[in-house]
Formats: sequence, C-alpha cells, structure tokens
Amino acid sequence: MDFDFTDEQKRFREEVQDFLKSELEQGSFDPRQNSMGRGFSQEFSRKMARKGWIGLTWPKEYGGQGRSYMDRLILMEEMLRAQAPIAFHFLTDRQVGPALIHFGSEELKREFLPRIIEAEISFCLCFSEPDAGSDLASVRTTAVEEGDYYLVNGQKLWTSMGHRADYGWLLAKTNPDSNLPDHKTLSEFILDMKAPGVTVQPLINIAEVHSFNEVFLDDVRIPKKYLVGKQDKGFDQIMEQVVYERAGIERLMQNYTVREHLLEYVKTTKKNGKYLWEDPTIRNVISTLETEFNIGRLLCYSVAWTIDQGKVPNYEASVCKVFCTQYEKRLSDIATQIMGLYGQLLPGSKWAPYDGVAAESYLWSPSYTLQGGTVEILKNIIALRGLKLQTK
Amino acid sequence: MEFGLNQEQTILKNETRRFLKNECPIDFVKEMIEDEKGHSPPLWKKMAELGWMGLLFEEKYGGIGGTFLDLSIILEEMGRALLPGPFFSTVILGGVPITQGGDEELKQRFLPGIAKGDIIMTMALTEMEGSYAIDEIKSIGEPRSDGYVLRGRKMFVPYAHIADYIICPARTYQQGHSNGISLFIVDAKSETMNIIPLISLDLQKQFDVTFTDVYVPQNNLIGEEKQGGKLIQNVWPIAVVGRCCEMLGAMQRVFEMTVDYAQKRRQFGRPLSAFQVIQHYCADMAIDLECSKVITHQAVWRVSNGHPSTKEVAMAKAWSSDAFKKIATTAHQIYGAIGFTKDQDLYLYFRFAKAGEITFGDTNFHKEVVAREMDLQGVKALR
Repeated sequence: MDFDFTDEQKRFREEVQDFLKSELEQGSFDPRQNSMGRGFSQEFSRKMARKGWIGLTWPKEYGGQGRSYMDRLILMEEMLRAQAPIAFHFLTDRQVGPALIHFGSEELKREFLPRIIEAEISFCLCFSEPDAGSDLASVRTTAVEEGDYYLVNGQKLWTSMGHRADYGWLLAKTNPDSNLPDHKTLSEFILDMKAPGVTVQPLINIAEVHSFNEVFLDDVRIPKKYLVGKQDKGFDQIMEQVVYERAGIERLMQNYTVREHLLEYVKTTKKNGKYLWEDPTIRNVISTLETEFNIGRLLCYSVAWTIDQGKVPNYEASVCKVFCTQYEKRLSDIATQIMGLYGQLLPGSKWAPYDGVAAESYLWSPSYTLQGGTVEILKNIIALRGLKLQTK
Repeated sequence: MEFGLNQEQTILKNETRRFLKNECPIDFVKEMIEDEKGHSPPLWKKMAELGWMGLLFEEKYGGIGGTFLDLSIILEEMGRALLPGPFFSTVILGGVPITQGGDEELKQRFLPGIAKGDIIMTMALTEMEGSYAIDEIKSIGEPRSDGYVLRGRKMFVPYAHIADYIICPARTYQQGHSNGISLFIVDAKSETMNIIPLISLDLQKQFDVTFTDVYVPQNNLIGEEKQGGKLIQNVWPIAVVGRCCEMLGAMQRVFEMTVDYAQKRRQFGRPLSAFQVIQHYCADMAIDLECSKVITHQAVWRVSNGHPSTKEVAMAKAWSSDAFKKIATTAHQIYGAIGFTKDQDLYLYFRFAKAGEITFGDTNFHKEVVAREMDLQGVKALR
C-alpha cells in the first residue's frame, strides 16, 4: 500500500504541467473551447507526439514508450485539468493503437501505428447503430466478401467526431448464418471515411453541439487487408478493448473546471449578506462532492494500478465508471442549483458565471451515464462478470 | 501508488482471519452480547500472545514496533468477525495517549502490562452532551498536594465495567480559571466511581460513569496539565480510521454473505441472483465497498506514515458511515423477512453499521471537518 507517487512520477507530472503552462502562455489553445473533450487540434496533438506522449504505454517495438498506465493516467489527468485539446489523438492512443497491437496483422501495424503515434491520422468509432445501442451485438451493417474486398452496407449512429476523423473503426456483420448467436457473426474493420459510399450527417445534441454523427454506408468497398483480427471474432475483440475505454480518468476530469468554479463561487459569493460557504447545507453538499471526487480519483488510479499488475480490470473499470459518471452528473446538478438563477445561464450570455460552464455541463449531463456503456450495462458486468452471480 | 498489501501484510491478514475464524465464531459473538462482561479472558490472553496488544509499542515496552497499517489489517479482520471485547478501547484509546504523552515512568508502568494482556483500558471521552468537542468537557480535576480529585460524569464509555484503568479527560483550574484539559489515568476500582451499563444496539458494551471525588495520584497524569486536548487530537485520527477499518471488514463480510445468499435462495423457480434488480443491488454494494476501501486505505496509509491526514480521515469516516448502512440495508432487502430474524446473522452487522456510524463522529460531523479543511472557514468541530 502506498498512496504517494514516486519521485519519477512527480517529475513526469511537473514536466507535463510545465509543457501545458508554456503552451497556454503561447496561446496555443483556449481551454474554454475544449470542454467536454471537444478540443480537436492536430497541431497540438503533433506537439504531444514529439514529446512521445502518444502511445506512451505501447511497447517500444511499435514506437511507444513502454511506460506504465499510471504514467498515462498522470498525463491524462493534467491534460484534462488544463482542458487541452486532445480529441485528435484521444481515441487512437487509448483504443485503436492498443487494439491494433493486440489483434492487427503486421501489415496493418506497419501502415497505421507510425501514423497514429505521429498524430498524422485520427479515428472515430463506428460501432453503434439505430437498433444496436447497449445491445451492441445486434448490429445490422453487413460486410460481404467480394474478391479482394468487403462490400459494406448499413448505418452507424452516435459516431463522435465522425465528421473530422480520417478513419473509422467499424463493426459489421460478416456471417449471415441466422443460427449463430449475434456475437459470433461480427468483425472489425478499418474504414476510410473518405471512401466512396460513406456519407456523414451531423446529429446535434441537446447541448447544441455537433459532436455525434450518423454515418451511412452504401456499397462501400473495404480492402480485405483492413479486416482487423479474425473474421467473426469482432465482438470478443471489442469486449477486450472496451475495458480500456472504461478505465480512464476522463469521466472524472472532464468536469474538473465546474468543480473549481463552484468552489470559487461559494467562497466569493454573498447572499443575504452572508457568504454561501457559511450556509451549513452548502458546506455539506460541497464536502460530499469533495469526498466523492477524491474517491473517484482513487478508483481511477486503482484501475491503472490493476492494469500495471498485468490484470484486465473488467470489474474495477466498471465500478470506477459507474461511480465517476454519477459523480459528475451530481456535480453539474449541484453547481447549477447553488448558482441559483445564474446557474441557468449558458456560455455567451451576459452575466453567465464562469461563462456558463455549469449550465453547459448540466445540458451534457444525461450523456455521462450513457456513453461507453450505460450505468445499467456496467452494473450487469459487475454482477455477472465480476461477481459471477449464478443465473440458473 | 500501490493499492494492494505486500507479502508480509497478506500473511498477517490471512493469519488473523484464520485465528478469528477459530476463536471468534459467530456463536461466540452472540454469547458475548448476552454475557454481562462481554469479554473472554482466555481469548484475550491468546490475542496478547500473538502480540496484538503491543503491536504499536516499542520493543522495550514489550511491544513489537509495528505500524498503524499493520494494526489496521487486524482491525479490519476484527470488524469482519465482530470481535467483542475491549481491544479497541485498550490499545487505541488507552495505549496511544500513554505512548504519545506519557513520560518514561508512566510508559514502563502501563505499556508492558497492556502488551501482555494484563491491563484493560478505556477512555471516558464524551459527557452528557454526547459530543466529541473538547470544549464541551465539564469534568473537573482539582489539584491537591499529591495529586488530583476528579469530579464529573462520563457517557458512552466502552468497557468501563471490566477496565482496570479509565483515561479521563478533565478540566484543570489555576486561580479559578480553566487551564485546559488534562488526561488522568483513573484506577477503575476506586470506590467513589459509579458505573451503570447502558442498553445499546451497539454490540460493544458502553457505560455511564460518574466520578465523585475520585483521587488520582500525581504520577497518573499523562504528560503535563493542559496537554489533554492535544493528546486527544493525536489519538482522534487513529480512533476514527481504526473504526473505519473495523467497519470496512464488516462491510466486506455483509457483502460476501449477501451475494452468497442471493445465489442460494430460490423464488419463482430461479435463484434471486437471476433477477436483474438483485444483480444491480449486488453491484451497488460492490461499488460502495470498493469506494470505502480506497478512501479508508488512503487514510490508514497517511496516518501510518505520519502525513497530514485531517481531511483524508474525515472523508473516510464521512463516507464509511453512510456506505456501511447502505450495504446493510440493501442486504436486508435481499435477505427478505428471514434477515429480520435471529435465524440469520445479518442483524448483528445491521446493528454494528448504526453504532459505527454514530461513534467517533457521524457523516455530517466529518463533512463539516472536510469543509473546514477546504478553506470553507467555519466552526471547529474538534478543538
């Protein structure tokens, strides 16, 4: 048991902080434009690439640094705290690269890994469909072998950054045998988003932001070499990767500024001649949030520690994500409530406290407990895969 | 950062669990609840032989020079087993203030006896207000030529009926003005003391203790006059986190019992665990348990290493007080009506959850401490 960081880890954190400070001083990014992981800047990602901070945990033979997940967590915590624009490489670093290293052919690794690690290309995830949300195995998009390519037809939904990414990480049905269970009929592909037949249409969310897309696939040809891993094994492969999607600290830190602004607000704002912090009810909710934030952070670090021990943190990552997403949902609710009438003011409005971060976060908040596995799906995983509860 | 136990700590945990499984089965716990003393001298001796009582003491006082982290592992297992008896009151409330505040003579007089299992101790921390605030202490220690005379009434004193000595915080005066709090070691056999048992839902025994002109010799003052407040402040985080560890061990057990029960109990032709609502209850319990674990272990580690820990300790108790109750309540829902009978052992944990919540500051008490530590200035909960 040790709840401190090593000197090396402390130095690394300082190095990241120094980098971010100097980038901010040079005006290389505007934190306010990057909230909710929206900051998409290839230029910034290239700077991180030069530092070796993309692919930090990947093995050295694939151009990575072979560093620990603990180090990656420190890096991510600081990036998110500063609201740096990391969306260009976020998915490739976290998910696409490790999946390619794990399942991809040598040819695919040679073609994609160097370009990912240099921040030359970005990816989006083309998994979900209108009828395949939590029940991901029921995707209907088909990929039919024809000569040296697959012919792909179907529709994808909730494709974040689909309008900006170069490639999509696609899940499609490759086996039409209706006697097989759905999860044994799917395969993973790399899809060129600029290929003929790919149409991307925006889907505006309730925070008025274009982040999601609908992706229509009409007779899209995907060369056979872009099949990732084994045909019909795609679902199992995804289940292995998705653990890493759930293992991050982004769920806790994407609302870090809301937490900071709320604290400043209660310390500096007076109501009826008294500071808000003098109100026992407010003291109680603020310290509850503080305790939850601390627990969430420890859970994130315990997941990274578990991975560094060579274990797959299926259970731990699910526990962490359920807790952290519910925390950030409460945070946005409490922040808007404490700010009172001003808590409804959105970014750009006159008088919006802290440019409306609380109201903005509140509008995003229904998505926190849905994306990357709903709270309910995660609880199923905890119960059935973690606790291995008997169902018969 | 490392979240697990090392090899030595794992051995300590496993051996403690094995010992308590044999020596403190649940029937023994129930027997001790009914027993007037609530304490088993043969078991006490065995625990002393394992070095548990002297774990924190230096070797020259008959101890083994262990860390609080080592002790916390034992406390978790004691909570899991619902160990009855005055271990907590003797080792933490008794041993720690003497170790930290006593002079060489006092340490030599008490610590080896505690380590050997010959001395049982407790502390009379709270009074009629039921408050942990040092300012609320009204008991008086009046100086005499060769010592002090104690007057006052103390409440919720654990195991006062079997203690050999009771550490009693009392106010000392000079020229009619309060001189602050001092800690006195009172011989519990003094004739002018009246000890009345309280009938509590807690599994541990608690008492109402009245001191009527009880004489305390000068050399039974811990440290010097006025040092009592500081000594209580020093023992406080250890007591609070120690209680969190006991609660954590108990939570873990409730969770395991309930997950087990949900898979054995069948309704509608299926085990309860086949129902998604029950699966999610189990997941909720697992989440509360994991959260309690990380926040408590962080506090243990900080206290054990002597790092500033006021906020971390308060967060651990604020969280655990709620979490244990939530877990025990969910367990009752899964057990159904049989959990509401003494046929199942769940009720013992349900009782502990409430007592654990209330003792050493409840959720709101500790949230106020967290608020203060966040620079939200306010009343000092424990001065």
